Amino acid sequence: MSIPAITKVSGTAVYVPGADVDTDRIIPARFLKCVTFDDLAEGLFYDVRYDGDGKLVGHPLDDPRFSGASIMLAGPNFGCGSSREHAPQSIYRFGFRSIIAVSFAEIFFGNSTGIGMPCVCAPMEEIEKIAQAVENDPSTQVSINLEDMTVSYGDQVVPVSMPDSAREALLSARWDPIGELLGNARAIEDRAAALPYI
Amino acid sequence: MGENLYNKVWNDHAVGTLADGRTQLFIGTHLIHEVTSPQAFGMLRDLGIGVKFPQRTFATVDHIVPTDNQQRPFSDPLADAMISELRKNVEEFGITYFDLASGMQGIVHIVGPEQGITQPGTTIVCGDSHTATHGAFGAIAFGIGTTQVRDVLATQTIAMEKLKVRRINVEGELRPGVYSKDVALHIIRLLGANGGIGYAYEYGGRVFDNFTMEERMTVCNMSIEGGARCGYVNPDQTTLNYLEGRPHTPKDAAWDDAVKRWKSYASDADADYDDVVNIDAADIEPTVTWGISPDHGIAISETIPDPENANSEAERASIVEALDYMKLPAGDPIMGTPVDVAFIGSCTNGRISDFREVAQHIKGRQVADGVTALAVPGSQITDAICKKEGIDKIFSEAGFEWRAAGCSMCLAMNPDKLQGDQLCASSSNRNFKGRQGSPTGRTVLMSPLMVAAAAITGEITDAREVFSVN
Ligand code: SF4
Repeated sequence: MSIPAITKVSGTAVYVPGADVDTDRIIPARFLKCVTFDDLAEGLFYDVRYDGDGKLVGHPLDDPRFSGASIMLAGPNFGCGSSREHAPQSIYRFGFRSIIAVSFAEIFFGNSTGIGMPCVCAPMEEIEKIAQAVENDPSTQVSINLEDMTVSYGDQVVPVSMPDSAREALLSARWDPIGELLGNARAIEDRAAALPYI
Repeated sequence: MGENLYNKVWNDHAVGTLADGRTQLFIGTHLIHEVTSPQAFGMLRDLGIGVKFPQRTFATVDHIVPTDNQQRPFSDPLADAMISELRKNVEEFGITYFDLASGMQGIVHIVGPEQGITQPGTTIVCGDSHTATHGAFGAIAFGIGTTQVRDVLATQTIAMEKLKVRRINVEGELRPGVYSKDVALHIIRLLGANGGIGYAYEYGGRVFDNFTMEERMTVCNMSIEGGARCGYVNPDQTTLNYLEGRPHTPKDAAWDDAVKRWKSYASDADADYDDVVNIDAADIEPTVTWGISPDHGIAISETIPDPENANSEAERASIVEALDYMKLPAGDPIMGTPVDVAFIGSCTNGRISDFREVAQHIKGRQVADGVTALAVPGSQITDAICKKEGIDKIFSEAGFEWRAAGCSMCLAMNPDKLQGDQLCASSSNRNFKGRQGSPTGRTVLMSPLMVAAAAITGEITDAREVFSVN
């Protein structure tokens, strides 16, 4: 199994403001009635993008200026709530390849890394500045560099953070650990044998 | 320095260190349900591999099952396809399945303990964030995503980074009419919805020592609402009494061995923690939420927060957003807020003790006109016990609809949903926008007895007064 190393993500960006944006908001539960992840993009932020009659209400994701954005900007505790991987999957399938937020809920963060979508943290004021730059010029290229842990846009470069293990996993093409986990079959069996309840 | 339970269990289940520095952690018990497992089985098929330890995975169906009419096919074809898919997967891979016909089906976090599958000193995962519930037995139990469900099926391990451990002591005595749900909401209110990020919570102190297993489960269940990926209580005699004789617990000599082993996992008296929080039980009142995050909690006697009194601009904006959505007036008492729906159920408060407690008080009372009240047992076994004890009748006579087991109105994946901007007094665990099925529906979290009081009076009120609890 070969997966690519992820060292850099570049593209245009869109700001989805708010604190504690939860997984029910990212993808309402009724869209989870599926047996594959294939069609999840359409449910992304559905209840805040559409009104009761199914008409668009003017969410940033639907603003034509930001169409094609591959980087999402967000506030603190992004992705809190459920462990459903449907949330990062719907963001990824919508076209995003990275999220910059003040902080992430842990399971959401892990799920995102596990599908090769890096999540990096920056202070609120920096995110607001990037959002402002993107607002002024939606074609602004934003680049997340995992090697030196910076985000650059226009002539600005700001440091971002991410736990070492996730960074290491992305840089060394090990963000999907299944190959390595499977490779340790002997050690798994030894561990199981040492646990009296298995 | 002694060790805490988290470290002991972690060390015993660590297979090795992965190249990125994470630990490959062996998973003792894997629970699955219909929502987060089908894609994982699909990935297994794509990889052409099987399930490594099928005897360590247990399945049930809970989120999508209708609670009124369970005749197949379900009225919702998508829901019916999901349950068919689960059946296909468990049959193909030889996994134990507590299905609708088994008499043992129910919410996965209620079924595990009921069956004695949930045991101390082990690692338990499920593709569901409320897996923390199982920590009540002294296990490391946490929710995982679907790709990790695949990893567990394929290898019985996952890649995981170790958490820090925060000990939360609740000392003293809870006052009458204050329940474990109030303890959970109080802790989240104090530490915040993201206060637990990076931590496992170890709950202890006199209040937890005195709690029943079901009360411990209610608090551990909501660890994730405080941002903690898992929460646990050290195993003690209460744990053993609950587990003895359950279908999947060891028997005879094996029981004695297990007891010895389980006890050895409890945190040592001089164990080290990364953080310690002390809470006085006397400070805890019946607690309700007023907003759209579980840390938006206040005591029933308090007033709805006023954005003018916020400590920061961020806090002000968050109060404004929440009150705008909840359509609640800043500064008014929360007491007296009219309710449209009352829901008693979910993996937080859908256990036998919850229904027994409420039944005691609602006998002879009537749900207020205009209020829809649902009582939904968390499992078929809970349902059967309630029926044997006549509890279902007490609820029905009071005007509650007594339903079949499932997640029901906790989330919008089955026909039980709020309509429009209905306000629901709910014993569940999340008050996120749209959580209960209507994009504008409003959820107020509280203990089951507080829900019952709201159902009977038609407004958010103090259950201690309604039912003369003192
Ligand atoms: S009862 Fe609610 S929180 Fe619990 S498993 Fe079901 S949907 Fe999730």
